Amino acid sequence: MTDQSSESRTAEKVSVSDTPEARPSTRSAGSTRLGVAALLVIGLLLLFGLVLSPPDVNQKDAVRLFYVHVPSIVTAYAGFFLTLVGSVVYLRNGSKFWDLLAGASGEIGVLFCGFALVSGAVWGRPTWGVYWVWDARLTSTTVLFIMYIGYLAVRRMELPPEVRSRRAAVLGIVSFLNVFIVRYSVQWWRGLHQGQTLGQDEMIDGALITFSLLLGFLACGLTAAWLILHRFRVAWLEDQVEELMTEQALVERRREAGN
Amino acid sequence: MHWEYVIAGYGVTFASLALYTMYVLRRGRMLAAKVPVERRRYLG
Repeated sequence: MTDQSSESRTAEKVSVSDTPEARPSTRSAGSTRLGVAALLVIGLLLLFGLVLSPPDVNQKDAVRLFYVHVPSIVTAYAGFFLTLVGSVVYLRNGSKFWDLLAGASGEIGVLFCGFALVSGAVWGRPTWGVYWVWDARLTSTTVLFIMYIGYLAVRRMELPPEVRSRRAAVLGIVSFLNVFIVRYSVQWWRGLHQGQTLGQDEMIDGALITFSLLLGFLACGLTAAWLILHRFRVAWLEDQVEELMTEQALVERRREAGN
Repeated sequence: MHWEYVIAGYGVTFASLALYTMYVLRRGRMLAAKVPVERRRYLG
């Protein structure tokens, strides 16, 4: 009986990949629309950021990195905030949905935090004369990046799923405290990194620069939303594969015990 | 002026984004093929 069910499951798996519904993926109509919108805005960002917006009086063309750098770090904060929310909700009700969403948004947060670090270092060379300096903002952002890599590492640990998720959730909450340190580091410690940019009129000067920056925020936001959606779906599938493998192992164990 | 830095910054960012996107889509396709339809919840 168990042999038959095991065979039918294998047959089902084969049929899943061979049917016309075939090439199953994490795409949906909604995610496709979101992806197209993100691509369009990225195109506009490249047009305005690299072509139409004027160079800055002091920073010349290097100011164009501003349109990627600032939106990237703000998007990373948003991703980490979603990880915080997902972690809190998971610890309260044990929902797999929130646990997986926390993991997906944490990974996208790390990606955008990496973009901010790289674009910041590249921007630092023409403006400060160095790619890197152990300034409070740069150092705290690097620590933030490493902490969330640690969070992602915990999510991949070989542990019972509930234990792993609970540990990750605690780390997802604790790590978010560092966002405040990064945010206020330029006020608490003197360093090379400039203070708050948004809302400071002397930095954001001119309609095209402001518009390009807004496009940067929109491009990063839409892209991150699309990526989180797909990464969440991948995480759900990973979880299902893990469950299927456990079920299959149990069936085999029972069959061996029966023989 | 400083175009080499601008191109490097945008290039690294968008190239990494494209690679990561391809990785997520490919992994999604691979895993979706292994999971029966009735267990593919949240997939649209």
